[in-house]
Amino acid sequence: MIDTAQKHDTIIVKEGVYKEHDIIITKPITIIGKKNVVIDAEAKGYVFKVLADSVTIKNISAKNVGKSYTKDFAAIYISRSNHIVIENVTLTNVFFGLLIEKSKNIRIRNNYISSKATTEAGTGNGIHLWHCSNAEIEENELHSLRDGIYFEFVKNSVVKNNHSHHNLRYGLHFMFSNNNEYLQNTFNNNGAGVAVMFSKYIKMTRNKFLKNWGTASYGLLLKEIYDAEIIHNEFSENTIAINLEGATRINYVNNTFSNNGWALKVAGACYKNIFKSNNFLNNSFDVSYNSKLNDNSFKGNYWSSYTGYDLDKNGIGDVPYRPVKLFSYIVNKTPEAIILLRSLFVDIINFSEKVTPVFTPKNLVDEAPLMQKVL
Amino acid sequence: MIKIITYCFFDLVRSRWSYVYFSFYLLLSFALLFLNNDTSKAVISLMNIITVLTPLIGTIFGVMYYYNSREFIELLLSQPIKRSHIFIGQYLGVAISLSLSLILGLGIPFLLYGVLQGSTSNFLILLTVGSFLTFIFVALAYNIALTHENKIKGFGYAILVWLLMAVIYDGVFLISLVMFQEYPLDNASLIATAFNPIDLSRILILLKLDISALLGYTGAVFKSFFGTSLGLITSLFVLVLWVVIPIFFIYRKAQRKDF
Amino acid sequence: MIEISNICKKFGKVQVLDQLDLTINTQGIFAILGPNGSGKTTLIKSILGMVLLDKGDIKIKGKSVLQQFEYKKEISYLPQIANFPNNNTVSELIKLIKNLRPKPTNEQELIERFGLAPFLDKKLGNLSGGTKQKVNIVLTFMFDNDLIILDEPTTGLDPISLITLKKLIEEEKQRGKTILITSHIMSFVEEVADEIVFLLDGEIYFKGTKEQLYSKTNKQDLEQAIANLLLINHD
Repeated sequence: MIDTAQKHDTIIVKEGVYKEHDIIITKPITIIGKKNVVIDAEAKGYVFKVLADSVTIKNISAKNVGKSYTKDFAAIYISRSNHIVIENVTLTNVFFGLLIEKSKNIRIRNNYISSKATTEAGTGNGIHLWHCSNAEIEENELHSLRDGIYFEFVKNSVVKNNHSHHNLRYGLHFMFSNNNEYLQNTFNNNGAGVAVMFSKYIKMTRNKFLKNWGTASYGLLLKEIYDAEIIHNEFSENTIAINLEGATRINYVNNTFSNNGWALKVAGACYKNIFKSNNFLNNSFDVSYNSKLNDNSFKGNYWSSYTGYDLDKNGIGDVPYRPVKLFSYIVNKTPEAIILLRSLFVDIINFSEKVTPVFTPKNLVDEAPLMQKVL
Repeated sequence: MIKIITYCFFDLVRSRWSYVYFSFYLLLSFALLFLNNDTSKAVISLMNIITVLTPLIGTIFGVMYYYNSREFIELLLSQPIKRSHIFIGQYLGVAISLSLSLILGLGIPFLLYGVLQGSTSNFLILLTVGSFLTFIFVALAYNIALTHENKIKGFGYAILVWLLMAVIYDGVFLISLVMFQEYPLDNASLIATAFNPIDLSRILILLKLDISALLGYTGAVFKSFFGTSLGLITSLFVLVLWVVIPIFFIYRKAQRKDF
Repeated sequence: MIEISNICKKFGKVQVLDQLDLTINTQGIFAILGPNGSGKTTLIKSILGMVLLDKGDIKIKGKSVLQQFEYKKEISYLPQIANFPNNNTVSELIKLIKNLRPKPTNEQELIERFGLAPFLDKKLGNLSGGTKQKVNIVLTFMFDNDLIILDEPTTGLDPISLITLKKLIEEEKQRGKTILITSHIMSFVEEVADEIVFLLDGEIYFKGTKEQLYSKTNKQDLEQAIANLLLINHD
């Protein structure tokens, strides 16, 4: 059928279950399903292979993509193709969902992609982009995959309004990808919400990182990343809201960290980060450092465990706040000590460390802690 | 025994100290809930106060009540009732009246506030833990008072027990954790908490407050303990033991003591 | 009525009761006297099961009472120190004690005799020592028991109440009761007691009527006689 179509034709697929696999598209066409179009690949391989520019696939369901440890089978495989639109597509029980290589100008909208991930090696990513640019990924739901969305060598792309949850590894994963933006997404119950590694100029705004807990569980994992903006995000009930390793020149503004194990865990080689106007609410630990050095600045944040006063009523506490507690230093060294969290003795040693810092960075202070939450 | 419980209960409930204790909790939780409007923060502050204060008050009240009622005990001993009923009855009277101050003091503001915002389970756990601690520490105090005729000594030991459980135990615990950090310590530290009711109560609250956040970080043993209902059930069970065993000792001491 | 045989009690290193035997079979008023630490209170408390004996047996009406509690409903006991939980009222306390031994009582009459009516709804903590002692007396005498034990009954009483108490004791005696009393007030003992039991170092040093004591010591009043007993002992 595809073979008989002309360039730029629109194929409308009739209702029904089609047992097909490895459908190869080599010319610019539009494929639109009517109601209830299901393509069952019966675990035999790819569903679509797109090898041409200007292809649109809409309103189609596909399931049971082949699984392989040697080949990256995908529901929709796109290679060296530009101006691609994938919309309203439902892909279930996939290995990879969308696997896109060396392509530009891609719109991926309102799709639903899921698998039944049990091990990282036995599952692929939901939307996997490699050497791509100018992709727009919006309003998709991705779950039970390895990574919900994976970017490697991708630039100038936007990830917006997606919901990525219950993925084994990351909800969204950047590797070597510069100048991208993701906003208004929700990442919950993933191994880690979002991992940004070896990347520059990433803007992260208005996302929600919720309930990412597990053994290596972060809301946001930053590793070797420079010059990023993290603004207006919400981090709630993560084991570690943001884990920083080699993160430099990043602005954290107007974020809210609530009920996390650690709001910020700083693991060395992090320079010139600026934390301003954030809310730190009821985290077991606000900030943890593994060294005594500090080159980052904290100013004008709201800390729910701040106990100072504001005599001049200017909204800024008169006593500086030290977000790093001695106990968080101890727990870094001896994780079992966590069992003493919130005990009177721990309060006492935290207090004495606050008065005379010995183990924690001396200059790590919020000189202007806010008295009221930032809205 | 019910008669003794009611009599002591009404005596204590009408005492000035009960009112003070009750009003303290009432004002505290009103202030935390309504001036702050952050329920989680209020629960955390209340937890910090409850795990320290209820044992202290329980200990002091327990010792004080026993020494104050020495002569009354003699009067009761000349009545045709079992010895154990006198002491267990008095103990329950004290523990129940203190728990009631706590429950009402925290409960009234919460009921008023809870209508606006739900956080019932957090408060229930606070009340449970507070009442358990009261029962445990009044029982410990009674044991101490029964063993020591000398009031000053009795008071001293009671305060010492409180200090030990509230502060010193955790200090030694933490130091040993740091000293033996090369060894696997999860099991040992879980067991160590069972020997201190204050730690155990704290764990129960942690299970409620921090658990989701800390689950990932803790080791496998902690995870299976905290992550499942096992933790809750075990902690509650051990707390029950902490009440029952001292009561048994009160019973035994009461049988053997001369007055 | 009471048979005490061979009882021993040690507090730490002090032998307070040392193989003491005492039998009281007749009605009347028995004063248990002795210097401080001679074991008077311990003896009384042993009868009531408040002190647990090291050795020996106590029988009341033929039955051993060790480790028992039911027999106490047949005994009226007045404790030495009147001190009650502070925040309950007098009538609540009376109610409690009545509840603990369901028997007919005549507390109304006693309350009138001691003029306690205005205090009934007062908290016990607000009463004076003397008033507390009156309450104590009411609690003891409101039951109709054959055996009455009074430990320092006169403590804190004003003269009028003391007269009322003496009358009360006399009446009980007339009704055929056995009454044991310890007291330091010799004039009071001399006035009410029929027989004297004198304890010294945990043993019975003298038991007999007042007259027997006087003739033994050649003295004519109790204070002198007791002093004389002690002197003889020292020689």
